[in-house]
This record gives sequence, structure tokens and C-alpha cells, in this order.
Amino acid sequence: MTAPEADSLRTGAPRRTTGTDQLPVVAVVAAGGGIGAAARYAAALWWPTRTGGFPWTTFWVNIVGCAVIGVFLVLITEVLTVHRLVRPFFGTGVLGGFTTFSTYAVDIQRLADGGRTATALAYLAATLCAALAAVWLAATATRQVFARRRR
Amino acid sequence: MNWLVVVGGGMIGAPLRYLTDRAVQSRHDSVFPWGTFAVNVVGCLVLGTLTGAASAGPDLRLFLGTGLCGALTTYSTFSYETLRLTETGAGLYAALNVVASVVAGLAAAFGGVAIGQAVWP
Repeated sequence: MTAPEADSLRTGAPRRTTGTDQLPVVAVVAAGGGIGAAARYAAALWWPTRTGGFPWTTFWVNIVGCAVIGVFLVLITEVLTVHRLVRPFFGTGVLGGFTTFSTYAVDIQRLADGGRTATALAYLAATLCAALAAVWLAATATRQVFARRRR
Repeated sequence: MNWLVVVGGGMIGAPLRYLTDRAVQSRHDSVFPWGTFAVNVVGCLVLGTLTGAASAGPDLRLFLGTGLCGALTTYSTFSYETLRLTETGAGLYAALNVVASVVAGLAAAFGGVAIGQAVWP
């Protein structure tokens, strides 16, 4: 495995950079964030969740985003060499903008407030377990596919 | 029009997350992903407040809620950072990250709704 230590979506964190250096990165993160947020909004319009029901749309948005980031970050840190703006654009921008933690938490609050405690707890646990399983499975599967190809 | 409002919010929220993460991560030496933790908790507080504020209009909800808070907070980075912590042998930090993010995020969401209801009924 060639992934750097304790990496996240940060790009070049230890390197001291000037403000102008950061401008293209911030610009592509913003562009990606706009795309990701629009995609999540589209999903919410196409599959509206009824009041008091299990928030399936946000659930699937988050799970799909976690699976895609698992594939994407293994690909660009362990398999491919890509342009330095690819990770901030797609990882930090698009996927970060697509998935959401705030809607997850507030949906739980709404369900609990509306007396749907069981649904709230099921949603809390299901999202957490499915998101972590999705990112792990996606990263592991991507590694195996490319390890097999190298042999 | 709605789409522009959401995209506008997302174009502010995502770079805000990136810059906050960089600022936070450069100020500590621990492997704990404080940057993502911070944006997620702040986003939950803001979205909670917006949810509790009955007087907030639909455009503000789309801009600040769907766009800005949605893009400011992230589930994908949270999951990936948790996975990396387990892969690098920091399993305890991974578990702490999950528990702390959920507990603090929910506390912020509940607290935010109460604030919104009290301040902007």
C-alpha cells in the first residue's frame, strides 16, 4: 500500500503554501461543491421522503457517496497518478458536497421530535453501519481488482 | 432559480469546509480528524437552527440548508477518515471519531432546533 500516513481529503497539508497557491484548489473545491449539492438536491426532488418516514433518499446519497470515495481515493493514491486538482475537485468538492452530515443529524432530530423514535434510531444506526461498510468494501474491492491486474 | 440558490450555497459550503479543515489540521499533531469533526458539528448546529426557525423562508432554507450546510458537512470524508484510522492501526481513534461525531452532531442539531425556535419563532 502506498497511501500516505493519516491522509484524508487534505491536499499537501504539511507544505506551507501561499494564498495564491491555494486559489485554484479553492476554486475547484467550490465548483465541485456546487455540482455535488445540485446532485443531492436533484435526488431529493426525484425521490421525496414523506414526513415521518425513513429518509431513504439522504440514506442512499450518503451510502453512494461513501462507496464512490472508497474507489476514488484508492485509485488516485495507490493506482493512478493524477493532476493535483483532481482530488480537491472530485473528493473534497463533488463527493463532499453530495454527501451530508447535517441533514442526517437534523433528520434524526425531526423523527425523534415527531415521536418516531424507532425510525430515528434505525436510521441513525443503518446510515452509520452502511456508510462505513460501503467505504471499506469499495476500497478493498478496488485494491483487489488492481492487485490482480498487476500480477 | 431554486437550482442556482442550491448551487450557490454549495459553492460556499465546500470551500469553507476545505479551508476550515486546513486551518484546524495545521494547529494540532494528533491523528484525530478534528477538521471534519468541526465542520460537521457546526453544520449540524446551523441546519438545526434553520430547521427550528419557523420564520425562515424557502429560499433561505435552500441556500443555507440544502446548499451551504449540505456541502459544508460531509459523510464521505467522515467515513473515509474513519477507515484510514483503522487501516493505520488507530482503531481507538476511529471508534472515538464515530462516537464523538454522532453524539456531538446530534447534540448540535437538537440544540440548534431549540435555539431556532427560541430566537426566530
